[in-house]
Amino acid sequence: MSDYKFLEQPPRFLFFTGKGGVGKTSIASATAIRLAEAGYQVLLVSTDPASNVAQVFGITIGNQITSIPTVPGLAALEIDPQAAAQAYRDRIVGPVRGVLPDAVVKSIEEQLSGACTTEIAAFDEFTALLTDSALTAGYQHIIFDTAPTGHTIRLLQLPGAWSGFLDKGKGDASCLGPLAGLEKQRSQYKAAVEALADPLRSRLILVARAQLATLREVARTHEELAAIGLSQQYLVVNGILPIVEAAQDSLAAAICQREQQALKTIPEVLKALPCDFIELKPFNLVGLEALRHLLLIATPIIGDDKVVTKAIQAPSLSKLVDAIANDGHGLVMLMGKGGVGKTTLAAAIAVELAQRGLLVHLTTSDPAAHLSETLNGALDNLMVSRIDPHVETERYRLQVLEAKAANLDAKGLALLEEDLRSPCTEEIAVFQAFSRVIREAGKKFVVMDTAPTGHTLLLLDATGAYHREMSRQMAGSGVHYLTPMMQLQDAKQTKVLLVTLAETTPVLEAANLQVDLRRAGIEPWAWVINNSIAATTVHSRLLRQRADNELHEIERVATIHAHRYAVVPLLKEEPVGVERLLELSVDSH
Amino acid sequence: MTTIQVFDPALCCSTGVCGVEVDQQLVGFSADVDWAKQNGADIQRFNLAQQPLVFAENAVVKSFLERSGAEALPLILIDGEVALAGRYPNRAELARWCAITLIEDKVKSSCCSGSSC
Repeated sequence: MSDYKFLEQPPRFLFFTGKGGVGKTSIASATAIRLAEAGYQVLLVSTDPASNVAQVFGITIGNQITSIPTVPGLAALEIDPQAAAQAYRDRIVGPVRGVLPDAVVKSIEEQLSGACTTEIAAFDEFTALLTDSALTAGYQHIIFDTAPTGHTIRLLQLPGAWSGFLDKGKGDASCLGPLAGLEKQRSQYKAAVEALADPLRSRLILVARAQLATLREVARTHEELAAIGLSQQYLVVNGILPIVEAAQDSLAAAICQREQQALKTIPEVLKALPCDFIELKPFNLVGLEALRHLLLIATPIIGDDKVVTKAIQAPSLSKLVDAIANDGHGLVMLMGKGGVGKTTLAAAIAVELAQRGLLVHLTTSDPAAHLSETLNGALDNLMVSRIDPHVETERYRLQVLEAKAANLDAKGLALLEEDLRSPCTEEIAVFQAFSRVIREAGKKFVVMDTAPTGHTLLLLDATGAYHREMSRQMAGSGVHYLTPMMQLQDAKQTKVLLVTLAETTPVLEAANLQVDLRRAGIEPWAWVINNSIAATTVHSRLLRQRADNELHEIERVATIHAHRYAVVPLLKEEPVGVERLLELSVDSH
Repeated sequence: MTTIQVFDPALCCSTGVCGVEVDQQLVGFSADVDWAKQNGADIQRFNLAQQPLVFAENAVVKSFLERSGAEALPLILIDGEVALAGRYPNRAELARWCAITLIEDKVKSSCCSGSSC
C-alpha cells in the first residue's frame, strides 16, 4: 500500500493539518479506512466542527470511542473543540456563577473565549490519547484530522507558564490564563508533547491546495512545527484539477495553469518534504465507497461530457455596492478566514465605489503588495494605503518588550515573548494601525480588508484600555467621542461583510465569526461568496461537479446565515488592476 | 506573620499584553512582590480570570466586587482586612506592611534611600 508516500510505513500517530476546507477530514478518514482494511486496529479522531465522520459511517459517534460496524478494525471519536472550550470555561466559571456579580462573571468568561482557549481545550482532550496506554492500548494506529499549533505546544513547553499557578496552586499575575483550567498534570502534557515530537511515533501530514497563498501558509506551519521538533513531516497537495480537464473549457484551462504554476513555485522549505498529489475527484466525498476511492490513483472518468452547467442566478457584488454607495460615506470592513480573498474583494468594492465618483480610501494588509501598487493612482478619487502586518506586529512587540522586559526574569521573559507570538497579538497590532484611518469614514468611504474579532473588541472594551486611549487621542480634536467598538456597532456608520467560499468548512468558519461578532453587538451587514464556480458557465465535468456541490452551501448562506449576500464568480485571470476588479462585481448571467 | 493577599483584575493573557497600553505599574509591582518575598514576606496573588472561586469565597472581596465591580480592582488585603484598593502598593508601602527595613536595599537602589540623594 505504498502508492502514496505519506502512507508508507506509518507510525502509530498520524496528524493531518492545514487550513479549513483543504480536505483534512476526508483524507484522514480515507487513511483510517485503508489501514483498518489492511488488518490494523485503527482509531480515527476528528475535531472538525463540520465533521461528517458520523454521517459517512452512518452511526452516531460523539465524544466517546465508538466501533464502526461497517469497517472491521476501525473505531472513531469526535471531539467538538467548541464544546471542549465550553466545558473548560465551566470548570473555572461554573462555581462562581450566581455567586459573584453577573458583570464580573461575564468578564471572566470573555477572557476565556478566545481562539487560544479553544485550541488548548482541544489539546487537553488529545493528551489522554497520546499518553494513556489503557485507553488506546488496543490501537496500532491513531489518526487525527488536526494537529496542535506551534503556539500551543510552545506554551505548554514553557516552564514559566507552569511555575506560578499549577505547581504551587497559587496564582501570579503573570501566569497563563488559558492554562488555568487544565485538569491534568504538567508531566502529562510533557509526555504528550514528547510523543508528538518523536519521529518513531508521530507523523505530521501537511495538507494544502495548489494555491500560492495556501502553500505559503503550509510552509509557515512546517517551519514552526519543525522548530519544535516535529521533524517527520509529509506534504499532500489535495484537489488538483487533472490536466486533461484543461481541454474541456477555458476556465478549467486557466485553473490548471494557475495550479501548475503554484506547484512550480512551491516554497523552498517544502521541496525537501516527501510530497503526494491527490487529484480532484468526480464524486462527492460522502460515504464509505467514495472515501475508499479517494486514495486510488486512477479514477475512471465516466459520464456525459457534452453537458454545460449554466451560471446560477445570484445577487452580484455590484448590487451590494449600490446599497453601500447610497450612504455617501462610511466604513466597510471585510472579514473572513485567510485565503478567501478579502483583499481582492475589498479592492473590487473600493474600485466600484470610486467609479461612481465617490471618495474612497482603500486600506489593506495584503502581504503581497502588488494589488495595492497596481491601484495606487489608477483612479482620481481612490486612495490606497497598505499596512504590513509583520511590521506592525514587530513594532508592537518591541514596544511591549521595551516597556516590560527589564523587570522580568528569564522565565517571565520567555512567557511574555510567547504571548507576543499569539494570533491575538497580530490582530491587535494590525487593528491598532487600521484604527488610525477609521476616523476618515465620517467624510468618505474607508474600505478595509480586515476586521477585529468580537472577542478582541470585547477584551479591549472590557479592559477599558482602548477606551482611554481613544479618548486621549481625540481630546481637543473636536471629533465626536466614539470608541471603535461603538463605531462598529453602529450599522449606519459601519458595514461588516463576511467573505467565504461555497464549501462546507469555510461557510461554517464564517458562521462562527458571525456568532463571535454578534457577541460584541455587531451584526454583519452582508455575506460575499467568493471564487464561485456555480456563478460561471462550465463544461468540464469536474468543475460541473464542484459547481453542483456549491449550490447547497450558497443556499445555506442565502437562507440561514445572511441578511443579504452576493456571489462572486471565479475568474479566468487573477483579478489585478481596475478593469479586472470591475469584472468581479458584474452580474454573472 | 502578616499575610498580604492581592486580588488582581482579570488579565486576558498571562502578561496582559492584549491591552493596548502596557501597564507599567503592573510590571513594577510584580518586581516589588518578588523583592518582598525574597525578604521573607508572605504575599499571595489571585487573578480573577483564573481563580474566581477565591474571590467568591472571601466575604470581603465578594462584597467589594458587588459594590464596586471588577473595574475597581486590584484589592489588597492584609490579614483579611482591606488595606488598599484601585491601585497597587509601592515598594515602601510593602516594606512597611511586612516590616522589612529598606536598609538592605540601599546598596542596590540608585536613589532616594541612599545617602547621596
